[in-house]
Amino acid sequence: MPTVKMTVNGKAVSADVEARTLLVHFLRDTLELTGTHVGCDTAQCGACTVHVNGKAVKSCNALAVQLDGAQVTTIEGLANGDTLHPMQEAFRDNHGLQCGFCTPGMVMSAIDLVQGKSNLSESEIRAGLEGNICRCTGYHNIVKAVKAGADAMQAGKGR
Amino acid sequence: MHNFAFHRPASVADAVKAVGSASDGKIIAGGQTLLPTLRQRLASPSDLIDLGAIADLKGIKAEGDGITIGAMTPHAEVASSAIVQGAIPALAHLAAHIGDRQVRARGTIGGSLANNDPAADYPAAALGLGATIRTNKREIKADDYFQGMFSTALEDGEIITAVHFPKPEKAGYEKFVQPASRFALVGVFVAKTKGGVRVAVTGAGQEGVFRPKEVEAALANFSADAAKGAKVPSGNLNSDLHGSAEYRAHLISVLAGRAVAAAK
Ligand SMILES: Cc1cc2nc3c(=O)[nH]c(=O)nc-3n(C[C@H](O)[C@H](O)[C@H](O)COP(=O)(O)OP(=O)(O)OC[C@H]3O[C@@H](n4cnc5c(N)ncnc54)[C@H](O)[C@@H]3O)c2cc1C
Ligand code: FES
Ligand code: FES
Repeated sequence: MPTVKMTVNGKAVSADVEARTLLVHFLRDTLELTGTHVGCDTAQCGACTVHVNGKAVKSCNALAVQLDGAQVTTIEGLANGDTLHPMQEAFRDNHGLQCGFCTPGMVMSAIDLVQGKSNLSESEIRAGLEGNICRCTGYHNIVKAVKAGADAMQAGKGR
Repeated sequence: MHNFAFHRPASVADAVKAVGSASDGKIIAGGQTLLPTLRQRLASPSDLIDLGAIADLKGIKAEGDGITIGAMTPHAEVASSAIVQGAIPALAHLAAHIGDRQVRARGTIGGSLANNDPAADYPAAALGLGATIRTNKREIKADDYFQGMFSTALEDGEIITAVHFPKPEKAGYEKFVQPASRFALVGVFVAKTKGGVRVAVTGAGQEGVFRPKEVEAALANFSADAAKGAKVPSGNLNSDLHGSAEYRAHLISVLAGRAVAAAK
């Protein structure tokens, strides 16, 4: 079996996996990081979104072996001890989640979307979240949360 | 998904060798189309040959009368490239509207052109601009490259290395999105080039991307009103639950008009 080496949430990891192992299964089953969710079979829902080398990607649509040597960040890697990342905090403050299933992917997409940008408009946020589907909260509060999270990140509270 | 042997060659030559020596080898680029196909077991190759470690296949450069984009360049990079935005803004705009953000971070121009999905965006740009597809063996003109849906002039094991787009005087792309898939219900690329006006349509044709003669003829003077007036026959267009062939025919002229109006 091929060996895969990555840095996940700042820690070096290495494991022998079947070539067909998807990144999401590597994260959930091998590394037991179950915060990243699987919501579909068709690479459409975005629940599995993580950052690979700083960019949001769908971890159900990449092979672990394709990402040998990559830097991966999952939802577990955002908080600083007990202090949530400002985007996580904003989702909590703005009722940006209900069942929470889509939330890890939404938060990972949102952080990638707002990084380095200021004053994103509502329509830019909606367009930027096209790859993430929520079946319960509705997008209104999610968009509000992303805006608040972006402001908090800009204000320097975030990373 | 069935298992396979995985190869990650560092050069195009090694990739060609690996595909050639596998019993049923398949190239993987961004995997955004191929992995869902494998997961549904619609294909089960013996070997996957990943182009991700071949540095030569990445990047965008100004070259001759236009720009050259490496096959492994992801959509997001084309969308944000200053070179593309400067030379062919319609191409950057098109890339920025493929799928969603996450798909654009991994999906590549080479993968999109090799796959030739009948509703994909890049085929419209390649045919509309009269691009040249470069492979490990030869150069193929876009007019000869697209051969019906999911079908191209590529031979077994042939690898796209780059795509060259000549700079047009002006070009525009308008996509009417199928809201569930984000693919084009109809997409129209218009270009005013040295050799005349070229129009390419994706999403509508039964044989994939094509050049609508009627619209090209109407656009001799590149006027948006003339494009809207062009009558496109619906005989060879798709008809499905998202829209009839007549509806798509109508969309082609309307979108061509909008693309001309927005052309830069
Ligand atoms: C949710 C979702 C939405 C999408 N929406 C759109 C959209 O709106 N518009 C659109 O155009 N596309 C869309 N796509 C498809 C996306 O753009 C793909 O990235 C692209 O079509 C294929 O590129 P890839 O690099 O992922 O190729 P892969 O999936 O890796 O490969 C696709 C095929 O091309 C072959 N191949 C790849 N590279 C080469 C090469 N260099 N030489 C020879 N053969 C090669 C492979 O063997 C395979 O058969 C969407 C995909 C998803 C998952
Ligand atoms: S699980 Fe739905 S996009 Fe990955
Ligand atoms: S909060 Fe339930 S799916 Fe989004």
